[in-house]
Amino acid sequence: MIFGLSILVIDDNKIRASIIEQGLRDAGHDRVMLVHQMGGLLRQIADINPDVIVIDLENPNRDQLEHMFQVSRAVRRPIAMFVDKSDSHSIEAAVDAGVSAYVVDGLKRERVKPILDMAISRFRAFSKLTEELEEARSELADRKTIDRAKGILMKSKGLSEQEAYDLLRRSAMNQSRKIIDVARSLVIASGLLED
Amino acid sequence: MDKSLTPVIAGFIPLLDSAVLVAAAEMGFAEQEGIALKLVRETSWANIRDRIAVGHFDVAHMLAPMPIAASLNLTSLAVPMLAPMLLGLGGNAITVSTSLWADMAAGGADTEGDPASTGRALAAVIESRRSEAAPRLHFGVVHPFSGHAYELRYWIAAAGLDPDRDVEITVLAPQIMADALATGQLDGYCVGEPWNTAAVAAGTGRIATYKQAIWPDSPEKVLGVTRKWAEANPRTLAALLRALSRAADWCASAQNVEQLAGLLARTDMLGCPVEICLPALEGSMRLGRNTMKQVPDFLTFPGGAKMAPMPVHGKWFHEQMVRWGQAERSEDASAEVARIFSPDIYLSALGLENVPRDAPIRMFDGREF
Repeated sequence: MIFGLSILVIDDNKIRASIIEQGLRDAGHDRVMLVHQMGGLLRQIADINPDVIVIDLENPNRDQLEHMFQVSRAVRRPIAMFVDKSDSHSIEAAVDAGVSAYVVDGLKRERVKPILDMAISRFRAFSKLTEELEEARSELADRKTIDRAKGILMKSKGLSEQEAYDLLRRSAMNQSRKIIDVARSLVIASGLLED
Repeated sequence: MDKSLTPVIAGFIPLLDSAVLVAAAEMGFAEQEGIALKLVRETSWANIRDRIAVGHFDVAHMLAPMPIAASLNLTSLAVPMLAPMLLGLGGNAITVSTSLWADMAAGGADTEGDPASTGRALAAVIESRRSEAAPRLHFGVVHPFSGHAYELRYWIAAAGLDPDRDVEITVLAPQIMADALATGQLDGYCVGEPWNTAAVAAGTGRIATYKQAIWPDSPEKVLGVTRKWAEANPRTLAALLRALSRAADWCASAQNVEQLAGLLARTDMLGCPVEICLPALEGSMRLGRNTMKQVPDFLTFPGGAKMAPMPVHGKWFHEQMVRWGQAERSEDASAEVARIFSPDIYLSALGLENVPRDAPIRMFDGREF
């Protein structure tokens, strides 16, 4: 009988860690553990005795971790970075995605590679998600600024909302600027004048 | 960005001795040589190693032993590398907790950081702790393949101790060393500036000795480059070395020290108060609460021929790897190390000739290499 691999995910980012955990569980790995804090990590690794460790590259403690794997007697089995020389593409993909994996000695690459691939795709999905969230946030902020600019024009020039927007758009076109830039200038200027 | 410039991407770790790269990028020295130098800040040496190996970085700020470890296949993602230029000399210190210092001072440790004296005092403390069955003292370094690890081990071994048996040495990120000292997790550490000054300023640490006293004018960081990139881009590399050499001259000039400290303190660089950057740059070190010491060469960026790597530098680092069981001694390895630390690329890029090579290294305890 083949036992499932135990996998330790080290990531300060709790949301990303759970996204990876879920992916691994969906792929049939039921022994997945998450660690967010480095404090007492060595003892935790000794207790959990994982076969595979997945860690994000932003973690400033990678040097410490690699050293532990090399010298610590508390870690029962030698652990090395998962580097498959026959597949430099997947190493690049991992570094690109911002993730690295360490495996205990003697594990077959066929068993580890799907785990790394999963982590890579989830890391990518997460950064895409974060970017989209950023975009959505800034779009929302932009819309609020434009609304404020419209409000200022409506009040000061007695325009309707549509007329105020048309004026913003026309000024932007005449000055080859974006509407949001004109709106921002207007909001700032009006703030200055009010003071 | 000017399209006529050749882009070069450099990884760096936020430490004072990233100064030459920072000045080259920010003060126009790279542009004058036709290079758009883009700096990418990293959080670990492992990331620097990985990202230069997969080609994200063209060059990187590296611990001097790292290109050796990579070329001799002693680390993961090992690729053949070169260290065509030194990025700084000195800059490290060994800081101990104030309570360990109190014991060392009681045993006669030199207050001005003489390594032989402070080492003897440490040995006496360890001897008395052993008789009391107290736990081993715990020291931190930033990386197993680092000048810090070898300087700390050299200092401890020169005092007649065995760094693998008489103390415990672990790896910690530089920016958390001072906190680890404050919480008692560490009794001492060897790290680059400003992380010694940070502990002294916080009142939790005392500088016991420093790199410039252990091995005067010794290389600390180097410019690391994969052999593949160096061979594919010889002109760009030569231009970069000229830019970095000029940046080093700028960093070395006393009149620029405040501007340099301001650059390094910026949030996108080290992100720390200017005051803790200045002591090492000015060579005016606060070793302890009431002890100031002028160490003009504490951390230097001499420029010119003095920033050429020399095979003897590589040899010293490789000897330490062998001494502490990280590497095997072999003729092939020695030849490889001499190639990695060859000054030829740098000297020819700068048009320097008749530069004396391989002056022997003299350590504080009189040993020569």
